[in-house]
Amino acid sequence: MSAATISSNTILSLPDQRTASMPKRHYINNEDGMLSWLLTGDHKRIAMLYLFSITFFFFIGGAFAGLIRLELLTPQPDLVASDTYNKFFTMHGIIMIFLFLVPSVPATLGNFLIPIMIGAKDLAFPKINLLSWYLYLIGGTFTLAALVLGGVDTGWTFTTPLSTHYLNTHVITAATAIFVAGFASIFTGLNFIVTIHRMRAPGMTWFRLPLFVWSNYAASILMVLGTPVLAIAIVLVALERLIGIGVFDPTKGGDPLLFQHLFWFYSHPAVYIMILPGMGVISEVISTFSRKRVFGYSAVAFSSVAIAVFGFFVWAHHMFIMGVSNYSALVFSLLTMLVAVPSAIKIFNWAFTLQKGSITFETPMIYAFGFMGLFTIGGLTGVFLGALGMDIHLTETYFIVAHFHYVMVGGMLMAFLAGIHFWWPKMTGRMYSEPLSKLSAVISFIGFNLTFMPQFILGYLGMPRRYHAYPAEFQVLNVLSTAGATVLGVGFTLPLLYLAWSLKYGEIAGNNPWQATGLEWQIQSPPLTENFTEVPVIDYEAYDYERLERKHANEVTTVG
Amino acid sequence: MHISPVMWQFLTKWLANSALFPREASTVAPWADALYFFLVGMTVVGLVLVGILVIGFSIRYRKSVHPVATQIEGSTLLEATWTIIPLAIFLVTFVWGALLYFRIYNPPANSMNIYVVGKQWMWKAEHPGGQHEINALHVPIGRPVQLTMISQDVFHSFSIPDFRVKREVIPGRYSTVWFEATDAGTYHIFCTQYCGTKHSGMIGEVTAMTQEDYDKWTQESTSGMSLAQNGERLFASMECTACHNGTATARGPNLAGVYGSKLTLTNGQQVLVTDGYLRDAILNPSQHVTAGFAPIMPTYQGQISEDGLIDLVEYIKSLNSNYRVQQTLGTSQSDLAAPTTPGMVKP
Repeated sequence: MSAATISSNTILSLPDQRTASMPKRHYINNEDGMLSWLLTGDHKRIAMLYLFSITFFFFIGGAFAGLIRLELLTPQPDLVASDTYNKFFTMHGIIMIFLFLVPSVPATLGNFLIPIMIGAKDLAFPKINLLSWYLYLIGGTFTLAALVLGGVDTGWTFTTPLSTHYLNTHVITAATAIFVAGFASIFTGLNFIVTIHRMRAPGMTWFRLPLFVWSNYAASILMVLGTPVLAIAIVLVALERLIGIGVFDPTKGGDPLLFQHLFWFYSHPAVYIMILPGMGVISEVISTFSRKRVFGYSAVAFSSVAIAVFGFFVWAHHMFIMGVSNYSALVFSLLTMLVAVPSAIKIFNWAFTLQKGSITFETPMIYAFGFMGLFTIGGLTGVFLGALGMDIHLTETYFIVAHFHYVMVGGMLMAFLAGIHFWWPKMTGRMYSEPLSKLSAVISFIGFNLTFMPQFILGYLGMPRRYHAYPAEFQVLNVLSTAGATVLGVGFTLPLLYLAWSLKYGEIAGNNPWQATGLEWQIQSPPLTENFTEVPVIDYEAYDYERLERKHANEVTTVG
Repeated sequence: MHISPVMWQFLTKWLANSALFPREASTVAPWADALYFFLVGMTVVGLVLVGILVIGFSIRYRKSVHPVATQIEGSTLLEATWTIIPLAIFLVTFVWGALLYFRIYNPPANSMNIYVVGKQWMWKAEHPGGQHEINALHVPIGRPVQLTMISQDVFHSFSIPDFRVKREVIPGRYSTVWFEATDAGTYHIFCTQYCGTKHSGMIGEVTAMTQEDYDKWTQESTSGMSLAQNGERLFASMECTACHNGTATARGPNLAGVYGSKLTLTNGQQVLVTDGYLRDAILNPSQHVTAGFAPIMPTYQGQISEDGLIDLVEYIKSLNSNYRVQQTLGTSQSDLAAPTTPGMVKP
């Protein structure tokens, strides 16, 4: 056995590197050539294609964030012109939301893992899966086109009538990008739903599914039901711009607020599309590194579904100050409070998963702990905004910006990185540098808090979001935030470097370096194109560490 | 490390002038802050609790001291606890937030009204006495002030952080917000809804002053014509008097005393006549025909600016008797060419 890497404080057990070798045949070397990748139907290859594309867009979106923070270093509008600044935050928002956060976990980790986790050969519709990546690329290309042609400055929310009548930038190009990328998301969701319903291995009942599958299932429902409404809203904006149909134009009897109803009907559930798969990652990681079944499996599973269902009925909480009727404000505020409860349940269930565990602190676990802290702050500050009277002062300020980033970056991105570090050995067959990855997790955590904690204070002071210039008394906090963004930039660049490095020089990971229970860990790393040599039969629950121990004990005795 | 005295001075001054908490300069500010501190407390307690659990378990059950995990399925009692307690806290927050919302958005009956028109990228305030201000707003302290706001182009949002009030300013629809300033001073006005190129330049200052200072300011800044007087001239020049002349045979309904009353429309609908109703009835009359009248009024969409509409609304609000209507008729016949002096049309 791999005695060299085992210590009492870790579960990381790599095979003996002197004799270990990569499997002869796996999904990466199964076929060669560019075309074999571009025309592949293999969910794992498509996941890798997605991973490269979303990483590319993440760093473009991140560069815009850097430029925004650089401009806000001083109160004066001195780095770029106002229009340019407006394009910066618009591009940052569009790229990060539609091209990074929405596809991040589902299209990469979900694509790679869901078929394996349920014991299937592939997704139900491999060609639609590939089509969804191409749609994503077309959406990405349109976004880049809008950027190269001169940018767009609507803000990612495309608020009418600003976007329809008052701007001369490439609104249609950007709208097309979002419209097309939306279908990528719909197809991914559809594929997951059908796959999870129809392609589970014998014995893999719903309540034996890993929680990662549950949370992606809930997110898929949101994608399939919510995204078409965004598409409708976007088409109406385009029609209003091109031929002036007047749906949102009060002088033609239209309602300017209607757009926001349609937009948020998608865009609020969209934040759950983004966060739910991340929560799935956290369930897997925390369970593995504390060697324990997730505390209250069914509560965690159902809370995902509850979030998905309630998530559809809270959209108007984005519009409390916009003159919606008092009664609807009351209803939406109440429902917002209810949707916060399942998230609280999850946090406590994860915390109690640690109880009486046997906890080790590998990199994915460090990211998961980061997630727990930051998501708690992000979630609870959401309650501020759901409270009607408090929302009046806080909405449209930096408080919103901070809250949203705590959930999306502190929550979702940390979860994504936890997942990438957790499944990297499975996806590539190689191990990355453990000390370096821990360092970068800590750097990201510190940088993140330094960037966004001051923004809560700025928000309560009343500093509006999307401001190119601001009163001088806000500068100290903005300088702190920009300093934090620099640290955060380092924290996000490091993984890119050491993960790339590991592809060639990383240690051989072996099948199950974390001693995890999921089906994906029982097959070779990287997996075969067909995943399993024989159809697995499931006669045990998820997260059955005792069964895994027995299995290992048997192996040792047979070999020894 | 040596810091030069100049640098040191700069740093201390810079830090001393930086803000950490907004001033409480209105009657609702302490109420908003109370809820804020409650919520900050909730967040800190929640975070500390999660922190203690995670860190505590991590130390107590780390692999080196607890090498074999004990499997636990879950606990209905514990799970019920952490479902019910957060739910209870969130429901308290909901009720508290709703009470604050109604406090901030329901104006007292005795509040004075100021109109605000937002447009890319400036705020225009119009006082009833006819005082106009750009990116500035003068208000008395100790008296509730309601703002009736409308946008001429895109969505804007009117925010005074030190008063803890904010409301979206919407094209084609009046929205209102009220506050009662408590401390004399100047405070930021921000547009908080992204509205195009110079969004961050759509800022201004609200000056809260004592009632005496405010009276002095209104005296000094008057343009000579109140909004209602402007509206009266517009009413006459648009020839509204041809139908709305208050006589028994008039083709349009009598507007005296109509504001605040309940009207029955031809479709049987009962409506309360508000600022917004009057504005809509001028722009889109065919949808707002009073019972007993023919739908003959043409639309004025695109012919009257938001400022003009405010003037007309103020004028119609000021019509408390048929006598005032008759006076306007006189104005339209004889005084249209000559500027009306203030006080002349007062009964």
